[in-house]
Amino acid sequence: MHALLWMIPAFPLASAAILAFFGKRISHRAAAFIGTASIGLSALVAIFMAAGFLRSTPDSHAWVQTLWTWMGVGDFRPEIAFYYDPVALIMTLVITFVGFLIHLYSVEYMRGDEGFSRFFAYMNLFVAAMLILVLANNLLVLYVGWEGVGLCSFLLLGVWYKDPANVRAANKAFLVTRIGDTAFAIGLFLLATHLGTLDIQELMRRATAQWPAGSGIAIAAAALLLGGAVGKSAQLPLQTWLPDAMAGPTPTSALIHAATMVTAGVYLIARTNVLFTLAPPVQFAVALIGGATMLMAAFSAIAQHDIKRVLAYSTMSQIGYMFMALGLGAWSAALFHFMTHAFFKALLFLAAGVVIQAMHHEQDMFRMGGLRFELPLAFWSFIIGGSALAGLPLITAGFFSKDLILWQAWAGPNGNGGFWIAGLLGAMLTSFYTYRLILLVFYGPEEREVSHRPGFCVIIPLVTLCALSIVGGYVDTPPDFGGAPIFSDFLGSVLPALKQFHVGPITELSTALCASASFAIGFGFAYILYAPWRPRTRREDPLLRLWHAGWGVDWLYDRLFVMPFQFLVHRTGSDVIDAIYTGIAKLADSAARALRVTQNGRVRWYATGIAAGFVVLFGIAIFVR
Amino acid sequence: MVLLWLVLIPLIGGILCLTAGRGNARAPRWIAIAAISLDLMLTATLWAGTPGSGWWRQFDRSWIPEFGIRFHLALDGFSLSLLLLTFFLGLMSILASWNEITERVAFFHFNLLWVLAGIAGVFLSVDLFLFYLFWELMLVPMYFLIGIWGHGRKIYAAIKFFLFTQISGLLMLAAIVALAILYQQKSGSYSFELDALRNLPLSPGAGRILMLGFFAAFAVKLPAIPFHTWLPDAHTEAPTAGSVVLAGLLLKTGAYGLIRFVLPLFPDAAGEFAPAMMALGVAGVLYGAFMAVAQSDLKRLIAYTSVSHMGFVLIGIFAGNPTALTGAFIQMISHGISTGALFIIAGALQQRMHTREIARMGGLWQTVPALSGAAFFFIMASVGLPGLGDFVGEFLVLLGTFQTHAVVATLATVGIIVATLYGLRLTAKVFQGPNSRDWVLPDLFPREWVVAVCMMAGLLWLGLYPQSFIDMFKAVVQQPVQAASSVDLARR
Repeated sequence: MHALLWMIPAFPLASAAILAFFGKRISHRAAAFIGTASIGLSALVAIFMAAGFLRSTPDSHAWVQTLWTWMGVGDFRPEIAFYYDPVALIMTLVITFVGFLIHLYSVEYMRGDEGFSRFFAYMNLFVAAMLILVLANNLLVLYVGWEGVGLCSFLLLGVWYKDPANVRAANKAFLVTRIGDTAFAIGLFLLATHLGTLDIQELMRRATAQWPAGSGIAIAAAALLLGGAVGKSAQLPLQTWLPDAMAGPTPTSALIHAATMVTAGVYLIARTNVLFTLAPPVQFAVALIGGATMLMAAFSAIAQHDIKRVLAYSTMSQIGYMFMALGLGAWSAALFHFMTHAFFKALLFLAAGVVIQAMHHEQDMFRMGGLRFELPLAFWSFIIGGSALAGLPLITAGFFSKDLILWQAWAGPNGNGGFWIAGLLGAMLTSFYTYRLILLVFYGPEEREVSHRPGFCVIIPLVTLCALSIVGGYVDTPPDFGGAPIFSDFLGSVLPALKQFHVGPITELSTALCASASFAIGFGFAYILYAPWRPRTRREDPLLRLWHAGWGVDWLYDRLFVMPFQFLVHRTGSDVIDAIYTGIAKLADSAARALRVTQNGRVRWYATGIAAGFVVLFGIAIFVR
Repeated sequence: MVLLWLVLIPLIGGILCLTAGRGNARAPRWIAIAAISLDLMLTATLWAGTPGSGWWRQFDRSWIPEFGIRFHLALDGFSLSLLLLTFFLGLMSILASWNEITERVAFFHFNLLWVLAGIAGVFLSVDLFLFYLFWELMLVPMYFLIGIWGHGRKIYAAIKFFLFTQISGLLMLAAIVALAILYQQKSGSYSFELDALRNLPLSPGAGRILMLGFFAAFAVKLPAIPFHTWLPDAHTEAPTAGSVVLAGLLLKTGAYGLIRFVLPLFPDAAGEFAPAMMALGVAGVLYGAFMAVAQSDLKRLIAYTSVSHMGFVLIGIFAGNPTALTGAFIQMISHGISTGALFIIAGALQQRMHTREIARMGGLWQTVPALSGAAFFFIMASVGLPGLGDFVGEFLVLLGTFQTHAVVATLATVGIIVATLYGLRLTAKVFQGPNSRDWVLPDLFPREWVVAVCMMAGLLWLGLYPQSFIDMFKAVVQQPVQAASSVDLARR
């Protein structure tokens, strides 16, 4: 069975190669078929694998497929190998399935676009890279996927490369994530040097055996991996690229900048959880970074006018929840939230795409309104996806996954009251900006005429994701609401189980009630401020402007890093070192010029020279013996 | 005997080009193709054959017996890999300059073939006198290639190239002669044989000075900072084939010399100077990458990336660690292909647009999508995307270096960020953005397709299955490294 593992990434990879080389020569219809069918096949294999794995789970709880030795020098022999365990199972299912739906959607969304086949080639390559990332048996293969998704993000943001703004956004995304990747790379060197392998399972075993908890080297290794993770997952301080990444086509935003790539950091930390457990300060830093990003991004989301930027900040904020969960030691809660988030965030982005297309590519929410009758499908998608995002109690997937994190914020190994309160505050803000968006876009007076209505390729993904956004939560219900933690149990062989470390005033039930209250407060505020009958005016005050600009971090980085570097570059036209050699050449030249003066054709001058030379030589011969 | 033919075929081919090429522009191209293809096939046959131990093949004749000079060619996995690269890139550069060279076609191909013969000779000779002969043989035809078929300030560039290489080469010659004399004092007869000189005991002082003599020649070719300034001029003004041979092969002779001669001949001195050399390497990585970001000329930008990449090679050679040394070797091969390909792309653009100014380009993806796609592939190889050759080389260099000198490796890793900057800048300014000057250019011709696909395949091979090359290098890596690292350990 596990002999088929390689096929999961191979289908999209092959299809990407075909489309890249022959995309110009085949019709759009054929390109769409190849691009979508390859992901479909991949999803089928993934389902087949998952079924096989569940039917006959091996004793080691994992399948390993080794393809070949990549680069063997001495004892260091990393292999191109895949590893399939419950975590990989869930990741591959989500990636291929959501990926397939988004590809299907793109067939219609990108119809007639000049870069149609190019777009599908990049999307396929992205899915392949992401699958390699989650299936990698060692960190080096993981790094291939890691860089691959970064590359595809760059390519997809640059699909419409004629607009310099898109190019800038693409460059920024690639560069900022690559700063994180460099930290990750150094982390790899450190791990390989001290533990002698990059095989993830072996690495974790050796780390536990050789490094005491809290030792400096474990902290350094974990911190470096965290550096990579914050870059890819757009967390503080490398979060600035994500809002700009909304420049790409909307399906790209749905797939890359919401559902999959940005969660790569979450996956990495969950995968190497042993290492982070060995480095408590770093693990605590993960929680802090997650919490801070979560709140910061949520405040920014409140102040946005662009529908996609609201969703972008919301993504950042939700990944902040996942980071917080990881830092708290609630590993499986982070992956649970990853899964539900993948469903509802993909849904929201795809629905936003419908709205944007209907509005002639207008993205300003204040120029929309009253769309609930014109675009009922998008409306209901937003209601369902938005409610899941905001955590509408009991019926949406987002409620269950977020509730688990909130409860762990108190009860988890690293939990405390601060995280619990921050989590609830975040939930309130989430609910506020979500319903603000829905009220602005779908209620109130109709601002513009709808120009485009969705067809089947759009309807199927939206309806499917709506369903998943509701039922996706029931795979893991807390004790007080049904009490069937199927998801957490399933991951039990890989990730440490969720436990209650802090018993105390805050219980699971009270957390759920508080979360529901936060949801209601957020919703209430949104309704009061943006009620359908109220005039729609943009509020302008300094605080909102600061939030709108993402707390001015871009401004700060521009002045701290970008401008000094550009200044240096502008000052450096020519090579300074070459000045040494031109100097030598000039010196030789002027020496020759000076000597030329002596060659003046006067016999008397020459005779003097000869005499002087004779005297000097004679003097040397006498005195310097 | 086959080794002699590997050198003779291009030499004879070159003369045939001259005689057949009078008034016929097509004949020299085909003769050159035939000669290099023949060599490539011979090398491929050697590659496919069973590997031996020690020297796999030898050709050894007495030449000037009074001084113990022998015409001694020898082959092992290391030289074989580089020969494969030499003839592969040779073939690519002939194909790439198919339409570019229209004047004195016969003489052009004569020079190209003789440079390649010189390079092949350098990779094969194990007699130091013979080595020096081939070292000089590379120089003169290259001088003509730049000076006659170059662009812009071609004479300046050619003379600068000649002076730098010639002066440093003379230092090496002095060191070679000194070694032979020292050997004569010890054993009574002269010898220029690598295997004989290897066992010559040297006083620390003599070792240091002679090592620096060799290093001068190799550091200029490599190029190591601060001896690199000939390179941007020469690479920029040379015709496409010249740039490909310069970047892809001539620079590798410097690295080859360090690994083949400096490490085994002067293990103590090499260990002693290792920190300084690695510092030069790191400086090259960062300085080269930074200068690349600052360039406005397409070929100059690519030229500076070579300085950066060869910095990794220098670090890897002196890290005193088998992993790093293997990485340097892979990087040599891979950089040859990726940078060679970038110069071919730059040449193709220059031929179409008659400019190399980045500011005058932009939005080319629209008019030449296939060319742009290929260019992007090679740019990504150059910035070290995993799965392509350069990543393997740089990763192994950094990993190996990290084990002995963590700070050096960390600093060099930062170079990857700067590399991303120049890669992105190149992509954004040349291929993306609006096509504001309304360029309408022909896309890749079938001949160029062949070149691009071959080079992509080479990079993928190196990136995904570098083992076939690593195994070729395995026997070589053991001996010199052990010497260097034992010194390194003893000093600590």
